[in-house]
Amino acid sequence: MNSGFKIKSFINIRNGIISFNNTILFEDDANNFKDFIKKAYKSLDIDYPKFFKMDNLSKLAFVAADVLLNNINIDENTAVILSNRSSSLDTDRKHQTSISDAKNYYPSPSVFVYTLPNICIGEICIKHQLFSENSFFIFDTFNPEHLWIQSQYLLKSGKANRVLCGWIDIDDSKYDAFVYVVESQGELHHTINNLKKLYLCP
Amino acid sequence: MQDKKTYKTTSNRVAVTGMGIISAIGNSVEDNKAALFSYKSGIKPISKILTIHASQIQVGEVSSSNNTLLTQLQLTPDTNFTRTALLGLTAVKEALNNAKIIEFDTYKTGLISSTTVGGMDKTEQHLKQYKTSLESQKYISSHHAGDSTQKIANYIGINDFTTTISTACSSAANAIMLGARLIKSGKLDRVIVGGTDALSKFTINGFKTLMILSDQLCQPFDDNRKGLNLGEGAAYLVLESEFIAKKEKQSILAYVSGYANANDAFHQTASSENGQGAYLAMQKALKIAKIKPEQIDYINAHGTATPNNDLSESVAIKRVFGDQVPNLSSTKANTGHTLAASGAIEAVFSVLALQEQTVFPNLNFKSKMKETMLTPITKIKKTEIKHVLSNSFGFGGNCSTIIFSKK
Amino acid sequence: MSITKLRLELKEKIIEQLNLVEFSVADIDDNTALFGDGLGLDSIDALELIVMLDKDYGIQLKDPKEGKEIFKSITVLADYIARQKNI
Repeated sequence: MNSGFKIKSFINIRNGIISFNNTILFEDDANNFKDFIKKAYKSLDIDYPKFFKMDNLSKLAFVAADVLLNNINIDENTAVILSNRSSSLDTDRKHQTSISDAKNYYPSPSVFVYTLPNICIGEICIKHQLFSENSFFIFDTFNPEHLWIQSQYLLKSGKANRVLCGWIDIDDSKYDAFVYVVESQGELHHTINNLKKLYLCP
Repeated sequence: MQDKKTYKTTSNRVAVTGMGIISAIGNSVEDNKAALFSYKSGIKPISKILTIHASQIQVGEVSSSNNTLLTQLQLTPDTNFTRTALLGLTAVKEALNNAKIIEFDTYKTGLISSTTVGGMDKTEQHLKQYKTSLESQKYISSHHAGDSTQKIANYIGINDFTTTISTACSSAANAIMLGARLIKSGKLDRVIVGGTDALSKFTINGFKTLMILSDQLCQPFDDNRKGLNLGEGAAYLVLESEFIAKKEKQSILAYVSGYANANDAFHQTASSENGQGAYLAMQKALKIAKIKPEQIDYINAHGTATPNNDLSESVAIKRVFGDQVPNLSSTKANTGHTLAASGAIEAVFSVLALQEQTVFPNLNFKSKMKETMLTPITKIKKTEIKHVLSNSFGFGGNCSTIIFSKK
Repeated sequence: MSITKLRLELKEKIIEQLNLVEFSVADIDDNTALFGDGLGLDSIDALELIVMLDKDYGIQLKDPKEGKEIFKSITVLADYIARQKNI
């Protein structure tokens, strides 16, 4: 069904590749996510020192959002709806390990802060000063139907001028991000079928 | 999924037709109500979890053990229900009984649950035995944040629409908001909305390291407040379109008349000085409800009793209400901060306030905050209440407000 | 340990503990404000420094508000540790 809204731009991050609107933006064969995303950060000239305090989930979401939001004119009424399967498991493990050893008991506050999946949304909103609606869903797999309902509602009701939407999942070194911007302008129609196709790019 | 027709009508107010709750102050709506009326606090030294921090914290534990909950739900011990799932299911069952709903064939019904702990309560107990014990291994699959939602949905027989929200302490409020929207837009006829979180060492240790726990009974909005008390619990509301509620002659307990969510865009865990996220959420919720600030009769605040939240929330409240701040209280001194469940637990209390025409007191308050001089209500107050505003603010700057209105 | 060495050690530890990846020891002046306008550390960084004090120096702060005074600058922090440990 053609909703009238458009997919303005989209980004895929997996398997050592960052592609923006189906064009490879950055590629690296780093063995682990930490190195990969650090190189991406430098290559994409992100320049945000607080990036290095973030956990892996936030780094993944942040890079995706930064590429998307830096390429359009945004205002503070940009909603953020993200989702994944693993929640904050990648960081949960670190916190759990740090509280497991009674003899070496020094849990880190800055690790614990990231044991919630929606903190990555907070990071995006802080950098880009977005005060609009935001939510985080847990699904078994990428769920374009549900995300479509959410974005449609926010745009149709005028609660947001655009929606940054998508899937950002990371568990150990397995990462998979598909994030996109929905608004009134763009080349592609905002349909569930298009979302399914774009998820698989490049 | 059955192809059920949903009922789109012009009058699409969102009615609350049932509630269920389990918390440190009671295992049912009636028990919680009685406790609120008798100034009862469920906050005590921890008893069900062995932690090195036991002497330095006080918590709001649900009195029932997991075995008791399993028995009451007629589940056998070989299941892998986590405490989060047990609490959640207990509250959902009460909500459905309350709403007298026994089948989901007639109307398209959804379940929107929320949690931050998920199955961590069991995982942390069994993690070290995974390699060697089958009994422990069964909890691997129940760790997932969506597990408790799925277990509840399977148990009660919902398969039209289920989803899990995880946005820290505003999760259940966001579940209520999403549910209300789905009802209003005609996508669902009925929806069960709320949240559940069990206490866990993971959370206790984490909050301890943030240095925002109090070793005393917490004092929301007090000038000398030292921090929060963690709690556990679950609560759910049944929401229906007014059309269906009236068609089915349901008891309408209240209406969800306003809701909004905004991001504070300031810090991962701290709230901004001017409470921008909170301010926006309250403003937008009032707009949705089409009411003015002066029409709010009671604010059930987020009021965690941390130095940061209560100041930020007070500033935001003053920005919205000016000098006419309505009756205000935080009920977290009764239940503790129940994290993802708090938005729903406090939604139940907000609906009770409407039903009883009563403002519930803010326990342990002695002296006003110097910065804002806000004075919460400290004694049970019978007064006309038409609209209640409930705040829930989560880490990550996620700020939500729900407005409940009288029938 | 001399106070100069302690200051250097603290700079190294802070960079590592707080993930100040884009800073080197030379970038942190002894008297630069660690919070606010200087190094720009925030409330979570303060908590991390409290953990560092405990883990690396055996000093336990019970009240996060104490940190405000102690973490003013490298010099202030080093002096505090030196006093506590009778260095």
